[in-house]
Amino acid sequence: MTSPEMPEPKAEVMQRRDRIVADLKTIVPGEGVVDATNQMRAFETDGLTAYRQLPLVVVLPETVRQVSRVLKYCETNGIRVVPRGSGTSLSGGALPLEDAVLLVMSRFNKVLDIDYANRTAVVQPGVTNLGITHAVEGRGFYYAPDPSSQIACSIGGNVAENAGGVHCLKYGLTTNNVLGVEMVLINGDVVRLGGKHLDAEGYDFLGLMTGSEGLLGVVTEVTVRILQKPETARAMLVGFPSSEQAGQCVAEIIGAGIIPGGIEMMDGLAIKAAEDFVHAGYPLDVEALLIVELDGPEAEVDHLIAEVTQIADRNGAAMSRVSADEAERQTFWAGRKAAFPAVGRISPDYYCMDGTIPRKALPEVLAGMRRLSEKYGLAVANVFHAGDGNLHPLILYDANKPGQLQMAEDFGSDILRLCVEVGGVLTGEHGVGVEKRDLMGTMFNAEDLDQQIRVKCAFDEQHLLNPGKVFPQLRRCAEMGRMHISKGQLPFPDIPRF
Amino acid sequence: MPDTASSEVFRPADESQVLDAVKWALSERAPVEVLGHGSKRSIGRQMQVAHSIDLTDLSGITLYEPEELVLTAKAGTPLSDIEKLLGENDQELQFEPMDYRPLLGAREAGRGTIGAVLATNLSGPRRLKSGAARDHVLGIRAVTGRGDLIKSGGRVVKNVTGYDLSRGLSGSWGTLALFTEVTFKVLPRAETEATLIVSGLNDAEAADLMAAAMGSDAEVSSAAHLPESVRGRFLNGGLPGGAATALRLEGFAPSVDYRIEKLIAMFAGVGSHTRLETGTSRSLWREVRDVAPFCDDGDRPVWRVSVAPSAGHQLVAALRLRVGVDAYYDWQGGLVWLRMESEAEPQMIRQTIAALGGGHATLVRADRPTRDAVDIFQPQEAALAALSQRLKTQFDPEKILNPGRMN
Ligand SMILES: Cc1cc2nc3c(=O)[nH]c(=O)nc-3n(C[C@H](O)[C@H](O)[C@H](O)COP(=O)(O)OP(=O)(O)OC[C@H]3O[C@@H](n4cnc5c(N)ncnc54)[C@H](O)[C@@H]3O)c2cc1C
Repeated sequence: MTSPEMPEPKAEVMQRRDRIVADLKTIVPGEGVVDATNQMRAFETDGLTAYRQLPLVVVLPETVRQVSRVLKYCETNGIRVVPRGSGTSLSGGALPLEDAVLLVMSRFNKVLDIDYANRTAVVQPGVTNLGITHAVEGRGFYYAPDPSSQIACSIGGNVAENAGGVHCLKYGLTTNNVLGVEMVLINGDVVRLGGKHLDAEGYDFLGLMTGSEGLLGVVTEVTVRILQKPETARAMLVGFPSSEQAGQCVAEIIGAGIIPGGIEMMDGLAIKAAEDFVHAGYPLDVEALLIVELDGPEAEVDHLIAEVTQIADRNGAAMSRVSADEAERQTFWAGRKAAFPAVGRISPDYYCMDGTIPRKALPEVLAGMRRLSEKYGLAVANVFHAGDGNLHPLILYDANKPGQLQMAEDFGSDILRLCVEVGGVLTGEHGVGVEKRDLMGTMFNAEDLDQQIRVKCAFDEQHLLNPGKVFPQLRRCAEMGRMHISKGQLPFPDIPRF
Repeated sequence: MPDTASSEVFRPADESQVLDAVKWALSERAPVEVLGHGSKRSIGRQMQVAHSIDLTDLSGITLYEPEELVLTAKAGTPLSDIEKLLGENDQELQFEPMDYRPLLGAREAGRGTIGAVLATNLSGPRRLKSGAARDHVLGIRAVTGRGDLIKSGGRVVKNVTGYDLSRGLSGSWGTLALFTEVTFKVLPRAETEATLIVSGLNDAEAADLMAAAMGSDAEVSSAAHLPESVRGRFLNGGLPGGAATALRLEGFAPSVDYRIEKLIAMFAGVGSHTRLETGTSRSLWREVRDVAPFCDDGDRPVWRVSVAPSAGHQLVAALRLRVGVDAYYDWQGGLVWLRMESEAEPQMIRQTIAALGGGHATLVRADRPTRDAVDIFQPQEAALAALSQRLKTQFDPEKILNPGRMN
């Protein structure tokens, strides 16, 4: 197994383990501190199961005060902390460190307030994504961002990763649907950002926090926008002889001014795996399948389905089918939402990638992936959030065959480099974590990265929160703060003045 | 209306000159004012600076791919140029950036630059549904107060690579970095729109009605309540008599018709109903966005307040017991606009907001002495204020960018 290089464990912290465990037990009494190796096993990995590491100790706080005291204690004693929600991260964001407290937020599992007049819900961070929708659906409301992991992943983890889902094309990502958070900084300070009103006053810390992968603070409460369910939603399956045609169809739908609730694409291998697994009624004789969902008032949906059908026909669709009722719509989606586990059934292991590209680069990137697949001798199944160019190539490999994991990882890195080359990015929704940390240099130069680390320094000067994630190097904040100014050096003769 | 003491203006023509100018300012420890068209210049304290950096020559749309829904422009590009080009392609910036000029009496200034749209995080009456500038930005290039040129984000919507500095710098009023280039998501413009006016409701009844409308599946994109005191100042007095509660519907024509009927049925027997067609509807929402009733060329204090929507009328009612205040509710813009009859009353307003569950108030207009005496932006709790200070230090350690602007 390849293992990422993590920050050197602090020997003095490891030596003091017993003392630290005892101290933490005074802060979080009862079952809240887990230090037995066999019990800690449950936490040694997240959704990126290739990497495993036992933490120093696991702490499951129940109150904000406990979180604040644990963090303050860790800061005072120079102890690292890895926050964890449900542990479904696909980038190793919640991977423990040998010398770090794993702070598990799963006991923060209450819905605190539902306010239909203002269309907001206030929840604790351990509430699952789907749990929010369950809490409000009795009144016809839902929480829009819907990652495929929504049964399991926590809203705190969603904030930390800025999670997306199949409906984000129309309804936005986590960052567009979160109105406020309460968080605890490493120094124990409790800070509230935003709330039921808009635009947290002052700097947009809410924007910075969302997608910060547990490096800036621990989220202890989240206020989200809830939406009324559309009057109707219908999904279409549209099959094509080639991915290029499917891609062109997506471009034309959007070019026609239609923003569907979701547009997903799957390639031949993914279609077959999903169909065998959930029997969603997918056609098996096409190379690419689009699932297009249109939602809104009945009349509008009818009108749009007719338009999309025309566009699909124009682009050589081999089949198309519209869901007849809600049950069938759900079935269409079931295949897509189970695509990862479905691929898991046809291969001993798979490695899920997450690049985003400008949509028009799709043919180029698909061709590139085919070349790489041949080069590495590994198959790849593709599912895409086609509407926003977010690709999830799933590389099939067998970890028990020597060298295959390494090959899968190299293949994955090549795909991501290709995404960046065509104007895209390393990760659309799964986060950098440990996994893509060492590729950050393909997107950012030293100045870009240094400024990001300086943001980190404003929150956590000692790099105690989730170190070893996101940034290839831990640079000391004192060093980062230095500036070299040479006085009067620049007469800037070229700048026009008035 | 020069509102600052700055005398020397640098007008860089490209990114490297912006970098040079900031480096020079650093080396001289000479604070600078960062300027676009200056249309929002009178918001905030007067800056005591001798130099300014005017970004208006950093202009031009560098990338526009309508089918990819993306536009990149240099920071000094006039918003009006961008709106025009998008309009020609039936697209728009969906967050409808407001125009501060009429309210601030800056009519001769330009419409504003795209960099400033992000720096002040502008939005409009679709705010709750479609977000603000921060929700549509995809990427930036910027020069920090340390004299570093940095980039963040990109040109795609789905992107979680590294911290979201594009959003992090939005609404920072040029106090952390100068944008040199910004990339926005653009979207198709609705085919048509219409507005349902329900006349004759008081503030509390209107709040209930708007909550019901927005909690329905009629997909209301904007909602506002214009009390009787301001109603006549919209559409040249063209709104029907009595307070007007306005609900806006956008989309394909048959869908708009269907949804408006749905609302009319929903509110049968509540007030009297009038339908405004596309042109009038557009004008009304522009006036709501741009605070038309308080564009009086005066300097009576005007507050931009954000509270939970249902707390809006409670705030106004509580204030009215103590002072003279005129108000209207841009509900889906998430705002209450207040014009005070005499004093600005920051304590009273902010205490009342806190008592109603929180929010914030920004004094966007007032006479010079008031602006120099009052906290223009909402003061922060100690821990948050300390964090803000630390962030400022990481971007602009010598405090050379827009000193005091966000006080
Ligand atoms: C089968 C499968 C499908 C998936 N599909 C999607 C998808 O469609 N879209 C998508 O976006 N993601 C998807 N994911 C990835 C994953 O579910 C998301 O990243 C999710 O947001 C992680 O939530 P979590 O609670 O499991 O967080 P964890 O995995 O526990 O942690 C993730 C990161 O968040 C931090 N964190 C967790 N809680 C907090 C907190 N309270 N405060 C501060 N930091 C915290 C951790 O330190 C870590 O860096 C999928 C994962 C799987 C396994």
